[in-house]
Amino acid sequence: MKFTCLRKGGGFHFPACHMLNVSGFRILLDCPLDLSSLAFFSPVPVAHEAHKSLDTDSVIRKKQKMEKALDANDLVHAEPWYKTVKSLHLWDASFIDVVLISSPMGMLGLPYLTRTKDFSAKIYVTEATARIGQLLMEDLVSMHMEFRQFYGPEDSCFPQWLRWEELEVLQYEMKKIALGKDCEELGAWMPLYSADDVKDCMRKVQTLKYAEEACYNGTLIIKAFSSGLEIGTCNWTINGPKRNIAYITNSIFVSTHAADFDFVGLRGNDLIIYSDFFSLGAAENMENDNTYFDPVASLNFSDDVNNLEEMSASLLKDDESTEEMEKLAFICTCALDSVRGGGSVLIPIDRLGIILGLLEQMSVLLESSSAKVPMYIISSVAEELLAFTNIIPEWLCKQRQEKLFSGEPLFEHAKLIKERNIHVFPAVHSPELLTNWQEPCIIFSPHWSLRLGPVVHLLRHWCSDPNSLLVLESGVDADIALLPFKPMAMKVLQCSFLSGMRLQKVQPLLKTLQPKLVLFPKDLRCKIQISEANTIFLYSESETLRIPSSKNSTEIEIATDLASKFHWKTLKQETITRLEGELFMDYGKHRLLSGSHPADSKQQRPFVHWGSPDSKGLLTELSKIGINGTIKKVRDDTESESAAGVVEIHEPKKAVIHVGETGTVIISADENLASHIVKAIDIVLDGI
Amino acid sequence: MAIDCLVLGAGQEVGKSCVVVSINGKRIMFDCGMHMGYTDSRRYPDFSLISKTGDFDNALTCVIITHFHLDHIGALPYFTEVCGYRGPVYMTYPTKALAPLMLEDYRKNMDRRGEDGQFTSDHITECMKKVIPVDLKQTVQVDKDLQIRAYYAGHVLGAAMFYAKVGDAAMVYTGDYNMTPDRHLGAAQIDRLQLDLLITESTYATTIRDSRYGREREFLKAVHNCVAAGGKVLIPTFALGRAQELCILLEDYWERMNLKVPIYFSSGLTIQANMYYKMLINWTSQKIKETYATHNAFDFKNVQNFDRSLINAPGPCVLFATPGMISGGFSLEVFMQWAPSEINLITLPGYCVAGTIGHKLMSGKPTKIDLDKDTQVDVRCQIHQLSFSPHTDAKGIMDLVKFLSPKHAILVHGEKPKMATLKERIQSELGIQCYCPANNDTVTIPTTHYVKADASDAFIKSCLNPNFKFSKSSSVDKSYSGSNDSKAIPGLQVSDERVAEGILVVEKGKKAKVIHQDELLHMLGENKHEVQFAYCFPMRTERLEKTRSEDLPSADDLLCGLDKCTLISLLSTKLSNELSDGNIQDLGEQLQVESFCLSICLKDNCPHRISDSLQNDSEVVFFCCSWSVADEMLAWKIISIMKNYTLPLEGRLQVRI
Ligand SMILES: [Zn+2]
Ligand SMILES: [Zn+2]
Ligand SMILES: [Zn+2]
Repeated sequence: MKFTCLRKGGGFHFPACHMLNVSGFRILLDCPLDLSSLAFFSPVPVAHEAHKSLDTDSVIRKKQKMEKALDANDLVHAEPWYKTVKSLHLWDASFIDVVLISSPMGMLGLPYLTRTKDFSAKIYVTEATARIGQLLMEDLVSMHMEFRQFYGPEDSCFPQWLRWEELEVLQYEMKKIALGKDCEELGAWMPLYSADDVKDCMRKVQTLKYAEEACYNGTLIIKAFSSGLEIGTCNWTINGPKRNIAYITNSIFVSTHAADFDFVGLRGNDLIIYSDFFSLGAAENMENDNTYFDPVASLNFSDDVNNLEEMSASLLKDDESTEEMEKLAFICTCALDSVRGGGSVLIPIDRLGIILGLLEQMSVLLESSSAKVPMYIISSVAEELLAFTNIIPEWLCKQRQEKLFSGEPLFEHAKLIKERNIHVFPAVHSPELLTNWQEPCIIFSPHWSLRLGPVVHLLRHWCSDPNSLLVLESGVDADIALLPFKPMAMKVLQCSFLSGMRLQKVQPLLKTLQPKLVLFPKDLRCKIQISEANTIFLYSESETLRIPSSKNSTEIEIATDLASKFHWKTLKQETITRLEGELFMDYGKHRLLSGSHPADSKQQRPFVHWGSPDSKGLLTELSKIGINGTIKKVRDDTESESAAGVVEIHEPKKAVIHVGETGTVIISADENLASHIVKAIDIVLDGI
Repeated sequence: MAIDCLVLGAGQEVGKSCVVVSINGKRIMFDCGMHMGYTDSRRYPDFSLISKTGDFDNALTCVIITHFHLDHIGALPYFTEVCGYRGPVYMTYPTKALAPLMLEDYRKNMDRRGEDGQFTSDHITECMKKVIPVDLKQTVQVDKDLQIRAYYAGHVLGAAMFYAKVGDAAMVYTGDYNMTPDRHLGAAQIDRLQLDLLITESTYATTIRDSRYGREREFLKAVHNCVAAGGKVLIPTFALGRAQELCILLEDYWERMNLKVPIYFSSGLTIQANMYYKMLINWTSQKIKETYATHNAFDFKNVQNFDRSLINAPGPCVLFATPGMISGGFSLEVFMQWAPSEINLITLPGYCVAGTIGHKLMSGKPTKIDLDKDTQVDVRCQIHQLSFSPHTDAKGIMDLVKFLSPKHAILVHGEKPKMATLKERIQSELGIQCYCPANNDTVTIPTTHYVKADASDAFIKSCLNPNFKFSKSSSVDKSYSGSNDSKAIPGLQVSDERVAEGILVVEKGKKAKVIHQDELLHMLGENKHEVQFAYCFPMRTERLEKTRSEDLPSADDLLCGLDKCTLISLLSTKLSNELSDGNIQDLGEQLQVESFCLSICLKDNCPHRISDSLQNDSEVVFFCCSWSVADEMLAWKIISIMKNYTLPLEGRLQVRI
């Protein structure tokens, strides 16, 4: 097995991307887009004519620019391009056999792949991820189209800003976005795919339920298990004839909306690939943490159910969902303060779970404080997305499922929309929005990069209002993100939401899953302790790891009724037999079953012989079946006691048998006689 | 190893479906239904046959419920709350959501009938808490050894067929299913699975149905005629399933014909149920799923709640009343009022359980029905029997059995004589052993068992290498569905000599091994001893007969260079015409078919000649042949073709001379 990390994970919006080679199949794990690099572009046209020409003056001006602080003019005023996973371009798309998509975010780069000529991989995605991912991509395309209305389409296929002369004079922060830390990512920039590319991509996707078995090429069994991060997101298990792999992406143990992290489903795999983690940068300090794993206890591990329950309980004990709910409650009170002060609240957060939670909590809070403030959701796909969340009980957490069983809607928003507490509009210029418009208000709208979507217009509208509030996710570089809107008088609240597994959960999870091998990111190794029971392989970006195979052979199952009909032959130590029947390779199993058509009574005769025949013995065997002859010694037999010689047959017909050390040749004109001689040889030789 | 099937219900009848299957140490109860035709203890399966002591938790691994119909779930609250089973119960999400409504509706009707409810409202609630919901295709690991999986069955919302696998033994229990899509549901869909046993319903074991469309029209016409004449239409149904299907049908018709006649539901139940249907829209048919965004098919515009006071109100109406089959409750109450008038219409489902009034109405055309010894109802109204049904017909059953090709099949949920006919068909047409056990009978079937061996890479590789006879099983074939949205799951199947190149090696105390024959000798530390045949024989040629008299140079002189090739290519053509298989290779001066190798022999004392064969004279050309044991038959066939053939060489060689 080979493993190559193409791109480390970068939080909720930019999952990791890896390439896996199992049983001769190439598997791509996720295909994300780095939308944070959208910050490179300016969302609003500025009067400043920065892009006129490359004369000496402007170069000097730019050099001067490099020394002063970043301002809106440093951003690139052009139709944005999108940054894909750099290393993925080094692989031939037509050689990929399988693509596994773990989350809607891990799907955003997929249309680039699917539109490649000769791309023929099987793409597996959960049903819910496919639907949400499709909506996200459609929204991205539509927001991008709107952006183009400002700048007009690019006239050349190679934009000005991508020229080296331009890049060279960029501010450090900007250069980092454009070229990456190691100045290698220039080739990763791509113009956005089209709506047709998205449609075509969706046609090539095969959707799965959680824990549904998908069998690739009869050999690999691939299953998705919920990861708890978002509706439909998943971890994967890949079971091949020689290796059982679990791939763990951003996972959240207890979710307030999506199905919880199903770690029990990942048990029984000998290799775990840990991909993404939630960490608050370097601040996550393990030394102060008492959740260290005790290696002694692990030795006494037994597989009984109590133990599993116990361990599950320990994994779930410091329930992070309460903390997350508190964060939402805090945002809601801040929002309430704002609207009471006459300011509006702008929430450009694109995490479905956060929006659903905020909508419910906010409406409760607004109602209890009898603030008559409208909530608007502005997005081209919001209506469909919200409707979708109310018809997918199977993909939600237990509490939401209980609502189905008691006949209530899964989320409150359907009711809130009906009661006109929430208004949903496809765009800022929707006529219904204009007639409904009321300030202060609370608005949810994309895009979190503050470069695309309705948020751009709204931010320009409110950025100078000190009473208004902007709620951002932490992880967004606010300095650069807010550049185009400076000077900002608006209050900004940045909030960090849980977006994966905390490092301290790695150890207890390993204890539960009991893998033999663990793949772990090299840069995080120092932050966790892993007991010796697991062999650990450390990976870093763009390096290929070779993992030795644990099993040398493939298991094959032979139906006993078939095996009993085999023609067994006993040797010194072992009994052997030739196989018969039909070999089925399906669902990763190799099974030998009796053929549907009974073998046409093939002659049961050995095809492979070994040992040394003895001419005399052969003659004796031949005489038993009425074949008689004499031994004619070969010339050089004096020096060896070997059985080599020539047997001449006179009866019933003439034939000659050349018996040699390594081979025997039967010369006969008669089929029947020849076949009898072979039978005699079968007796004096070993064979099968 | 064997699978034991204890049929506790629906054996040679319809009602109280319940089969307890013991499979490799696990014991699964499929369905836990009640019989609508009885009010005494016969209405429930005889659970004492599972455990004499009533220790059901240890006696059963799990209970699986296929769908929310009472004949499949009606006894569940009794089993869990009164009998005390506390183990896991599995059913699909819609079944878990809708079953309490069905059970509650039934319980209320029983109360009205003044019988012992046997279970209470609380029992239903408590019972449902034990239920673990499953999604379609989701592989559920019940415990370390038992795996179950649900497949779409059509029939009613959330109905599923269940696959269960323990170790090497696997089976499917279908529950009720429909192989054709209806107004609101898709057709049943299942993967091709390797099964030891299939337990299938057989409600319509001998019926073949034609198009559903015509039958729907008949129903609509009957309803329309009745209301147009001012009559009242009673549609006794259960709250869920058929009610929604017929309602979609009527709604559509009402819109098209612009009818204003009210459509009523007897209880708020059906209206409440629509809330569930809306959330579970993903479980309906493709068509309804697609139109969901614009119009939810379960938002019925013309439907209103019914009130008892409306029973004798003037004017036409259509009423959906529970329970179906008029087994009691409100539908019976309305039936007693409406049946005596000839302008009214009563529609009956395609199937009514024996013992119900529905069943009596269906058998012949009674003019009077005795409810009990004091009450008698005059039946003058029209009766329309719905001829479309959410059950598969006989063709559908045969198709499914054929598609799954289990080693054994058991028929349940049908009528004894018809089941016997179907059983015969399955055995004779499909060659599958089939059984129709009666209630409380146990059927034991053997299961396939496997020995496990490690296969070497060389063997696996040789099997994976494509060759001419290598077939990839057709992908469309892998998933059976009445509709066309089947998913492809490719698998490989090798059934040629490459399998026979494998050698199974068993050594005491070690795991069995499969290796390729080429690896065997190395493993044994032995040297190969090649056993070969050789035969050098003469073949007559035409040219030689003629040229001899002219005393031209000898044949040996001529048979050099190009001429050898000409002879070989002539032979090659001849053989490819005569041999049906074998890969004939013309190698210039040699001819090769598998291991059979042939060349022209010019040596006078070739060791491969047998002296007493043909005279060694110059009329003939000698061919030296050798082959290995594996191609013995082929070799003798080639030799006999050659011996009966004279090489037509004249024209060609003359030119050269
Ligand atoms: Zn049913
Ligand atoms: Zn039934
Ligand atoms: Zn010869």
